[in-house]
Formats: sequence, structure tokens, C-alpha cells
Amino acid sequence: MSQDTLFDKVWDLHKVSSLPGGSDQIFIGLHLIHEVTSPQAFGALKDKNLKVKFPERTVATVDHIVPTDNQSRPFKDNLAEQMIETLEKNCLEHKIRFFNIGSGNQGIVHVVAPELGLTQPGMTIACGDSHTSTHGAFGSIAFGIGTSQVRDVLATQTIAMNKLKVRQIWCDNKLSKGVYAKDLVLHIINKLGVKAGAGFAYEFSGPAIDKLSMEERMTICNMSIEGGARCGYINPDEKTFSYIKNKLCAPKNKHWDKAITWWNSIKSDENSIYDDVIKFDASKVEPTVTWGITPGQSIGINQKIPLLDNLSPNDQFIAEEAFKYMGFNPGQSIKDTPVDVCFIGSCTNGRISDLRVAAEVLKDKKVSKEVKAFVVPGSEKVAIQAKQEGLDMIFKDSGFQWREPGCSMCLAMNSDKLIGNEISASSSNRNFKGRQGSPNGRTLLMSPAMVAAAAINGKVSDVRELIKK
Amino acid sequence: MKSKFTPPIGKITQINGKCISLIGNDIDTDRIIPARFLKCVNFDLLGESVFEDDRETLKGRHPFDLEENKNATILIVNSNFGCGSSREHAPQALMRWGIKAIIGESFADIFYSNCIAIGIPCFTLSKKSIQEVQNNKDNKFLFLEIDLKNSLARSKDLTLNLEIKESSRKMFLSGEWDATSTLLENEDFIENKLDDLPYLEFNSTIT
Repeated sequence: MSQDTLFDKVWDLHKVSSLPGGSDQIFIGLHLIHEVTSPQAFGALKDKNLKVKFPERTVATVDHIVPTDNQSRPFKDNLAEQMIETLEKNCLEHKIRFFNIGSGNQGIVHVVAPELGLTQPGMTIACGDSHTSTHGAFGSIAFGIGTSQVRDVLATQTIAMNKLKVRQIWCDNKLSKGVYAKDLVLHIINKLGVKAGAGFAYEFSGPAIDKLSMEERMTICNMSIEGGARCGYINPDEKTFSYIKNKLCAPKNKHWDKAITWWNSIKSDENSIYDDVIKFDASKVEPTVTWGITPGQSIGINQKIPLLDNLSPNDQFIAEEAFKYMGFNPGQSIKDTPVDVCFIGSCTNGRISDLRVAAEVLKDKKVSKEVKAFVVPGSEKVAIQAKQEGLDMIFKDSGFQWREPGCSMCLAMNSDKLIGNEISASSSNRNFKGRQGSPNGRTLLMSPAMVAAAAINGKVSDVRELIKK
Repeated sequence: MKSKFTPPIGKITQINGKCISLIGNDIDTDRIIPARFLKCVNFDLLGESVFEDDRETLKGRHPFDLEENKNATILIVNSNFGCGSSREHAPQALMRWGIKAIIGESFADIFYSNCIAIGIPCFTLSKKSIQEVQNNKDNKFLFLEIDLKNSLARSKDLTLNLEIKESSRKMFLSGEWDATSTLLENEDFIENKLDDLPYLEFNSTIT
């Protein structure tokens, strides 16, 4: 059983009671909500005649259903309009702070909360969205919950949960040029498998993790859930503190020093005990691309799609399903696979640093005529910053469409969808069957730089060859 | 679709019903209920859209479309069932289709907690036992009686030792799986917690 890790410290601090049966009642320091998984929770409160216990500890934004072309109200899609209206109404009625479109702070919930300084070390953070693990990048314990648990947090500010085990994922050395956090996390998921994280929180540490920026760390923690770990985190350090400093909701003045002292105290102790430790060498990671229908089915850009016999018996079944769905053959390379759509955005890779990296690749180049390419900033703040830096013009000049912030084609709940069996090069997080809006659409996950490279060449490419030139 | 849906309530001690087998590892919640069906403010109509895209692709040959499975209530699955998105819409859709319990090799964490929260017990069995059940030619007639008290499933000629998290089993037996009221019982402790958390002082209100 783990001891003295950040996870243990934060869990114990937030434990309200031991529940009959062995699970714990855990206090949730910050609750984030959006339009898709909250309406039924508010409905349930009403049915049970309950109030929101601490409305000031819940913050809302709208992201999943927002159109990225024309955001004027009412939305063209009646159902989407109904969902945003329901959220507006619920927030107003329960006095919950809501960052709506046009507020300057709307965007994907996992991009917005860190930008506002809401996400801080040592907190427990819950949201009705599996990518809540993103916030673990700040040394918080953050996890996705379902709608019934959203109801519980609204009503009690607590949830019932079994304590997780802790696996340390130690990453040595550093990523080489043209290799990004996305490549590292895809590599880790490939090696450990998509279900290895069940029952675990992942602590990412080691020199390669220390060297990552806060936004890169968010990319890593964001995808913990794709490895089965509901929660992933990184111990806070100077980078964490300087990212938070001066943000809207960051501790100010005399509280700042107190905060730093406390944040330092909740890090995993040097001799803390883990349930499991696994080591990786980050310098060996190549630009990584998925070829299948789970985020674990990936290969380095210069590798071949595995032969069935080279996979463990457990992975063979889903691999066969993937070959059939994707139309790829075992042993074939992924490099040079033609792509139809290129998408840069999502809570995984829709932040300003992601846009900067992609823009650098695209500068003075043109998107292939065969490709539809679009970029969806993760938030209004990201969009404003990108415009100030002229990144929007670089994207537009290259042939990318510049859109308004939202989740967009990561899960295609708005009108941004693949058509038929189109193949997308996507900076998002899931390549599940049908994920990007077409029941037979195909998704290749990769870093934003690799998406930019694919857009230019019209096919899956090694971005390092473009950077060199 | 079956007769009118009534959600489970109170103690869950026994689930009897026909089994429906769904073969495959890593079946994610996008497949269980594609995102376009999440555009709703209640769960009422989700039952008819469960596995919509997979069913469309298989044109009537999907287990959820087969006549023999029409009244099935116990779903038999393989490993990492329900991975991906946290959408509770997935177990809600299964429940509204008629599923009352799931037996599998393993479940994704969030899916598992969502099932418990809405009253669908999820049990695990070894890969070998699951495959035996799934490959059983008479499977379409397999009728199981699940006894939560003893974690057993029985049919005419089969007894399975099911595994379930002890906390979940106890919650179902006592009827406390609908957590809100249990959590509210500790209201004083919740209030006390406010004094323990340093960051509530740094950020007394989220403004």
C-alpha cells in the first residue's frame, strides 16, 4: 500500500469519513461542470428537493456542444441551444459562477480552470468528464465522475470512492527534438496497455517530466485515463507555482507565501512508498502515431504496424478488430498514409504552446489541397493570445481554418465531424470507433506538430524532417 | 425495447434473468452510446440508441438486435468494458434497454462507479469462466440467478463464484448504493472539513 505520496497526503486530508463497506467519503475542493453531464444532476437535486451545498466551490463553462463556426445565439442546432440554456438556467438558479461564450474565459473546461488559476496543488478536483485527470499536472488529485456523482458533489461537496493504488511512472533523460509530451504519453500507454491503470493513480516523475512545461504536463496527465488511470498527477515545483502566480483566482499577497509553503509540503516524500514503479527512457521515444481503435495501439513513425503474432494474446482480439475497421494491414507502415482531415485542438493539445508548435511547422508552407484542416483553440484566452502573436494568420495563410473555442471534433458533438470513412490526423485523445462523428470514420492520434506535418504533406509524416529543413 | 422502464430502488439482493453475451475487449463508452445521443437533458430515450453504430454496422446481427436476447437482463462482457468517456449515459442506456447486472473479465474505473451509482451490480469472473459462458452453445438459453449475498450465480447446471468489490456488495445489500443520502448523513463532518483544508483560506471564494 502506498505511503507518503502526494496522493496519500491529499486523499487523507480530504477524507471526511469511512463509509460502511470500505469506501471513503472524499471532500471535493473544486467542482467543474459543463453542459453535457450536469443537467440530469440538477434534475436529480430537484427531484430530491436538495440544494447545492457550496455553490462557490463549483464553476461552470460550456464546451462540448458549442459550434466553432458561428456562435451567435440561438445556436442553429436546437438541441445544443437547449443544453446551453439549461446550463445557464441552472447556474443562475443555484448561484454558480458560469464562464459563458464571450466572457473572455469560456473554453474547454480543462483548459479554462488552469488558466483562471482555479486548479491548484493539493486540491481534489472532480468534473463530469474523464479528462479531468488533466488538472493533476498541478499536483492536484483530479478525476472524472459520472452524472450521479456530479449530483452528489452538488448536494454534499463529497463523493464515495475507493482509495486508488499509486503507480509511479518514472521517465529518465529528456525528449529529443521534434518529440513532444503527446508522443511520450502515447508511448507509455502503448507499453502499459489501456487497462493497466484501472484501480491506480499514476504519478509521473523523473527528469524528463521535470523538464516539461506546465502545458506539456497537462497533456501527459490528460491522457492518464486513456491508460485506464482515472487520476494522473505530477508533483508541483517552481514551474507549477510560476504558472499559477497572478492568475485570476490564484492566492494573492500574504496568502501567496502561505500557499507555496503548503504546496511544497504536499509533494511525495523522497522515501515515499508506491504500489508499483515503472521506468521509461524518454530519449528513446519517437514521434508516435496510433494505427488502431484504442489509444494504446500506436507505433513510432518509422515502425511498422505490428503483426498479430507479435502481440500478446490479450491484445490480438482488439488488433484484429482494428485492422478490419481501419483498413490497415499488419506489417504495413503508418508513414505516408494519406489523410483527409487535420484537426488541432482538444483538452489534450489545444493550448497556446500547442498552437505555437504547430504554427512554427506551418509557417510559409501550404496545407495539401487534398486535406481539410482546422484549428480550434482550447479557450477564448488561447484564441486571444494566439491572435496577439499572429498565429491565427500563420494558420490561415497555410490553409487551416481558424475556429472558435470548444471541444469540436475531438468527440464531434457539434457539426465538426468526419464524413464516411475519412481518416483524420488529430491532436485529440481518442481514436475509438466512430469517435469523430462518423460511424466508420478513422482517427490517427498524434502531436499537434505531427498534425501540421500531415496537413502539409497530405499524409502521415515525420515532423522532424520538416523542422530540419 | 421492453416494457416501461422502472429504475431500481432500495436493496438489491437477487437478480434473475437471461444472459446476453457481447464479445470483445476494450469496448468503450462511445460505442455503448455515441456522443450525438448525449445531446439531451434527461436519460429517458437512451435505451433505444444503445450500441447504435455497432448495430447499424452489423445490420440486425448485433447481440442487442437478436430476437433470442430480447428479454435478457444480464450482460456478459470481456475485459476493460466501458473504457473511455465518463458519460453515465452509457450505463443509463444499457439499463434502459433492460440490463440489470453485468458480469465481465474487468471494467474501466469510471464506468464501474457509474454502474454502482445507478444500481447495476458489476461482477468479475476469470477470463476462462467468461469464455466458457460466452462459448456455451446453449448460451442463448442461459438463465442465471445471481445471489448478491453469497456472490454466486447459478443456472440449471452451472455455479459461478462471482467477485464484486466488498464496498459495492454491501451497498447493494443495505440499499445504500444511491449515495446521496449516505453522504448527507455526515453533514457535520463535511462542515468540519472546511477548517482542515488550507487552500480554502487562500481562496475563500472563487471570484
